[in-house]
Amino acid sequence: MDWEYVEKILPLYGKAAVLTVRIGVLGIFFAILVGLLCSVVRQMKIPVLKQLASVYIELSRNTPLLVQLFFIYYGLPKIGIRTDPETCGVAGLAFLGGSYMAEAFRSGLEAVGRIQHESALSLGLTGLQTFRYVILPQAFAISFPGITANVIFLLKETSVFSAISLMDLMFTAKDQIGLYYKTTECLALLVVFYLVILLPVSLLGSLIERRLRHAEFGT
Amino acid sequence: MAEPVLTIEHLTKKYDGQHVLSDVSLQVHKGEVIVIVGPSGSGKSTLLRCINALEEIQSGEIRLGDRQISAGAKDLPEIRQKIGMVFQSYELFPHLTVMNNILLAPTKAQHRAKEEVKTEAMTLLTRVGLADKADSYPRQLSGGQKQRAAIVRALCMHPEILLFDEVTAALDPEMVREVLEVILQLADQKKTMLIVTHEMQFARAVADRIILLDEGKIQDDTTPEEFFEHPKTDLARRFLQSFEYARTNRTIPQ
Repeated sequence: MDWEYVEKILPLYGKAAVLTVRIGVLGIFFAILVGLLCSVVRQMKIPVLKQLASVYIELSRNTPLLVQLFFIYYGLPKIGIRTDPETCGVAGLAFLGGSYMAEAFRSGLEAVGRIQHESALSLGLTGLQTFRYVILPQAFAISFPGITANVIFLLKETSVFSAISLMDLMFTAKDQIGLYYKTTECLALLVVFYLVILLPVSLLGSLIERRLRHAEFGT
Repeated sequence: MAEPVLTIEHLTKKYDGQHVLSDVSLQVHKGEVIVIVGPSGSGKSTLLRCINALEEIQSGEIRLGDRQISAGAKDLPEIRQKIGMVFQSYELFPHLTVMNNILLAPTKAQHRAKEEVKTEAMTLLTRVGLADKADSYPRQLSGGQKQRAAIVRALCMHPEILLFDEVTAALDPEMVREVLEVILQLADQKKTMLIVTHEMQFARAVADRIILLDEGKIQDDTTPEEFFEHPKTDLARRFLQSFEYARTNRTIPQ
């Protein structure tokens, strides 16, 4: 290990990590929104929108992120939509993640029995109130482990962004290897940085999960 | 007699073309306790669910006071606030404490002040022996406790009528009594109730009127004394015998 070299490139990795996290957080935020929207539309069986959501989910789940990114990065300008690489990264992550989140939410929504609906409705709550106060909190608690898994998965998927010249962690590592052939140092550092980002997410996930599920499942 | 609380006229309900309820008419007056009995599959639970518009009906009319209850109507949530329903499987909301289960609808649907409802809820919880369970989650309660909490939740909405759908059917035998006693208390307070049950002794004790439902039709509508002592119809006799048989059968030596 060339520690001097490691020290030298640490700031570069730091910058890349910030970019990775920034795109990751934004992308995941929108992925959760898209996912929630899709699962609600499907759950409420809203015609047309329901089919659209299904088409989107299958398209997004069954194509690789890299291809999706290329479509967004090279394809959109062809129809007149110009964006910077970072926006493309966020959009790509949201597009891919939306379907994964939708499926995670669906498992939660379906796990809440129909009679819980009826129980809330029979108390005089409106459909929206029933969803907001009775169904969603339960569904969210049930979905949460799946959502955490998706968040970790999506953060790792950001490593594909190097393909659209976003200077994320993977890009920086490859770049440095190309320049100095310090493969061991670069890859070791890459592992460390991903761990530093992902381990807290993982731990935080378990923590929140325990709190969320306390009511229904005990500790 | 005064205007009935609940009126059902010529109600017909079909599932896939099969009649589940046919031409059911019924009036429930204020303070009246009506027990609906009948073999399983006779449409008892469906009838209660229709009253709450949890099931769509094919023809006929259901009115609470003078307001028609229909599945798609705008004012349905408002009408449902006046109809309390207690389910066989309790259906407390598992993510909320007992107190928050009770507070949810009065504060969100009726927009009442939280403190006021809370005071009322505590009084009622105390009355059903659950004062110390207000901050417990449903999973920490026994079946009987859950069902008593569910009854309090319904009561806090100040409903004009209470519907009980086989509320003791999922309970262990030793817990049946604690729930039935709560309902008997409510009868003493002159609450208007429509009760579906298989507990015949309880039916006899609580009912002002007994309705026998079979194959979706009202076969008998009479006082508990008449129904149990002098059943008029063959069907009523056979139905009552089915309970007798279960008892005598056990004493037959092998």
